[in-house]
Amino acid sequence: MKVLVPIKRVIDYNVKVRVKSDNSNVDLANVKMAINPFCEIAVEEAVRLKEAGTATEVIVISIGDKNCQEQLRTALALGADRAIQIETDQNLDALNIAKLLQKIVEEEQPQLVILGKQSIDSDNNQTGQMLAALTGLAQGTFASEVKVEGEKVNITREVDGGLQTVSLNLPAIVTTDLRLNEPRYASLPNIMKAKRKPLEVKSAADFGIDLTARTILLKVTPPREREAGIIVESIDELVEKLKNEAKVIS
Amino acid sequence: MSILVYAEHDNSVLKADTLKTVAAAQKIGGDITILVVGHNCQTVAEKAAKVNGITKVVVADSAAYEHQLAENVSLLVSELAADYSVVMATALTTGKNFMPRVAALLDVAQISDIIAVESADTFVRPIYAGNAIATVQSLDAKKVITVRSTGFNPVACDGSAGITSLDNVINAGISSHVSDELTVSERPDLGVASVVISGGRGMQNGDNFKLFDGIADKLGAAIGASRAAVDAGFVPNDMQVGQTGKIVAPDLYIAVGISGAIQHLAGMKDSKVIVAINKDPEAPIFQVADYGIVADLFEALPELENAL
Repeated sequence: MKVLVPIKRVIDYNVKVRVKSDNSNVDLANVKMAINPFCEIAVEEAVRLKEAGTATEVIVISIGDKNCQEQLRTALALGADRAIQIETDQNLDALNIAKLLQKIVEEEQPQLVILGKQSIDSDNNQTGQMLAALTGLAQGTFASEVKVEGEKVNITREVDGGLQTVSLNLPAIVTTDLRLNEPRYASLPNIMKAKRKPLEVKSAADFGIDLTARTILLKVTPPREREAGIIVESIDELVEKLKNEAKVIS
Repeated sequence: MSILVYAEHDNSVLKADTLKTVAAAQKIGGDITILVVGHNCQTVAEKAAKVNGITKVVVADSAAYEHQLAENVSLLVSELAADYSVVMATALTTGKNFMPRVAALLDVAQISDIIAVESADTFVRPIYAGNAIATVQSLDAKKVITVRSTGFNPVACDGSAGITSLDNVINAGISSHVSDELTVSERPDLGVASVVISGGRGMQNGDNFKLFDGIADKLGAAIGASRAAVDAGFVPNDMQVGQTGKIVAPDLYIAVGISGAIQHLAGMKDSKVIVAINKDPEAPIFQVADYGIVADLFEALPELENAL
């Protein structure tokens, strides 16, 4: 079966973001970029399904300007077979991303689409569920285990109270949580090999979808800074402060 | 303006976070309806009817909704949405799961995780793990919103709204529930506890989390963990506090053996008072702590338990 993995280029998770002085957005100039960590877990899961003989082909896709080809090449080095870039300079809402992905799902007819549960930039947690709605497919979000069994897939999900397992008809949409797997590192030979794997570029404008933004980002501000407090010398002093100064315990 | 608020519950208990989502709905303004979707969930509906400031409660009670599967719930909610200008849910597991599906079915964007309401179409939400705060205007006529409950104070529960039942059952028939593996705890939920004590990699193993028990008993605290502690297998995933785990804002947050990665801070830095216990004086957690103590946690924890 075919597995489609949409990935997003985002700021590297180790980088501390700074808000631009005009409050228009965060400053991404000369900042290290990477595959969104949840998307990397999605790539890894797809590649493992292929190594286990369950999947026959892993296709990665990213929507953005030419720069996202860098992340597609990384995914190819991790074991994906081919890549698709949907070229656009627009910063698209999750709904419009999902609409473009819906077109690719219709073209490619994958049995599984595996996405990261959220991107660490916009923190929206929407695209997978929206894609599932648009394609009319079942969804297994926040997955910590994926088991394909015949015409169905069992997904163990991380929920507020613990874990929940659901059974979905295939084809289905899966979004990954942190503990689904631990992504591998790309080896040098695989990085070299990835350069020769196919990467197809399509234009977002060619899909005939109205990609008008549904939201306007009015401003971005830094969070309220917490000031560092004091270092206390003993537990007794700590308890005294919590009782009499902070008044949070009695 | 009419607002539909989806109740977060487990068929027996209405989660207190729903009261905060109603508070967010009141800031937008309009007639508020609480929707309870589940199975044998009458007690939840009765509790919801007591929530202040709402017009009515609507209950959809069916076996098809027992586990609130996103495929079924989203079809029901998007159908009901025809009569409302705003659909809201709490940004917890259930809401996060089905709401974007509702938004896509309605062909509108979703505004996720709002922490403040500026006006009927403009909302404030954290991005980049809370390292930036965005003000976003929605251009859609119908709004689909999830609410981060730490941003709002709960409304009171001494009202008496009417309850109406729905009999339309929608079953998409493409998914089913297999099993739950839920953590049973006598302690309060992380989301509602006024005191939270969390452990990180410094705890060294799961057994050492027992050092928290006496302290948590005395303070009525919930017990949490950093991602490092969960990834290392010390404790289950539902204890994780952070960007992708639970977001908490208790009166008192005690971070023990937690270095303070930005992803963890994203889940707790709105707490009223933060205490850090760490043996590394350079740990970033001290930069956000109101009270820090540089100490070996294996000595400090028993001492703290005795001092309380």
